[in-house]
Amino acid sequence: MKHIKVIQKPCINNSKESGCGECQASCQSACKTSCTVANQTCKKEEK
Amino acid sequence: MLHTFNVNNMYLVLDVESGALHSVDKMAYDIIKADNEGKSPYDLPYEKSDIDEVLKEINELKEMGALDTPMPDMPDISESDGIIKAMCLHIAHDCNLRCKYCFAETGEYRGGRMLMSEEVGKASLDFLVKHSGNRHNLEVDLFGGEPLVNFDVVKAIVDYGRELEKKHNKNINFTITTNGVALDDEKIDYINREMYNVVISIDGRREVHDMLRKTPNGKGSFDIIVPNAKKLIERRGDKEYYIRGTFTSKNLDFVNDVKELEGLGFERISIEPVVLPDEDELALRTEHLERIFAEYESLTNYLSEKRRNGKHIVFFHFMLDMGHGPCLKKRIKGCGAGVEYVAVTPQGDIYPCHQFVGETDYRMGSVVTGELNRDIQNNFARCNILTKEECKECWAKYFCSGGCAANAYKYNGSIYKPHKVTCELLKKRTECGAALYAESRTEE
Repeated sequence: MKHIKVIQKPCINNSKESGCGECQASCQSACKTSCTVANQTCKKEEK
Repeated sequence: MLHTFNVNNMYLVLDVESGALHSVDKMAYDIIKADNEGKSPYDLPYEKSDIDEVLKEINELKEMGALDTPMPDMPDISESDGIIKAMCLHIAHDCNLRCKYCFAETGEYRGGRMLMSEEVGKASLDFLVKHSGNRHNLEVDLFGGEPLVNFDVVKAIVDYGRELEKKHNKNINFTITTNGVALDDEKIDYINREMYNVVISIDGRREVHDMLRKTPNGKGSFDIIVPNAKKLIERRGDKEYYIRGTFTSKNLDFVNDVKELEGLGFERISIEPVVLPDEDELALRTEHLERIFAEYESLTNYLSEKRRNGKHIVFFHFMLDMGHGPCLKKRIKGCGAGVEYVAVTPQGDIYPCHQFVGETDYRMGSVVTGELNRDIQNNFARCNILTKEECKECWAKYFCSGGCAANAYKYNGSIYKPHKVTCELLKKRTECGAALYAESRTEE
């Protein structure tokens, strides 16, 4: 495509594998006062 | 739902429900924006043939399922499964600093100065393991006040945690959040050996830090903390850490604080907005937003330039690996406070998170007696982006996942009503993080 470049394909994951709960709780990483969830990574994909 | 945005002349389109991100030229940006707002793209000052070309590309994306996608099927999260996997242990409701903006009232948390005993610490870990179900990875943040003022208990808790890991086949990631004042060689080596992550509080420039992070006798703490933090990080190797600062209305030029921290040799940095009531002179209010947005854009530029020159500075709130982010369930549930994450006071009382400690209506149990109020747990589980009115139609819903319940409660009196200024800051940070992500992907 000439005018549009796909940077990221669809990635909101609703697979049956999701929701395992093994990833880090958001506030445990650095923030403690201002929540961000999307900067956490999926533990399953890390493996 | 689409979100079109422009950071430092980079034109981007986010397809909210699929998470797809597109970098577009100015003409495509204008056309997508017009189309999204229900206006005719043919009213724009472009040649018809060019507009047709862009519309053809838009249709291609729609057919690929990467633009204008419908909301995905949602998993059921209306009740908590009762599992708790993360704990914030208030090792000390006391502190060796008297920071002006402390949400914990310099350690007292509305309840007086107190240290956690070894017994309560161990009971906390027993409670965590008991309620962790089939979760393998558990997290315990050693928090305060200042946890290093009760360091023998820190060590006793970690030792006990290592026993529990073996006994119950769990992995406990211990982290510690410290102001760095009491760090010495012994503590540094211990922390670097045992802690999965360490967070050290430094606000940036000496004058900014010393203005607000004072010792009990009123002196600045910069010169005490920085050498300690540098020593710890130098010895830490590749293990995770963050230098965490706070910005207030007094240092809206906080890019200079990031630069200061970088100049001191720190590469993993988080500078966060202060949480204070609007009437406080340090508070961040609506009138500060434009200035802060500009500062975030300036920081985006700075980090981008650094990266192009081969230096990768991690700024916590701009970290966005869109392809490997959390699953949909986590994006809906949010931070997990009150559901899978709780805080424990020195007396053993359980609260939904560290920021709720002392709000007695939200006391949800005790690790000493073993009680746990499942109604409160379920109330937090039901409070998510599918139930909060402001979140349902927000483009950033899968990034902030509903925001901070404690901020909502403190500013608006309800965990269901997000704090507007916090939302706007989060949205801007997400745009900047997405722009940095897009830039790095484009260069790849």
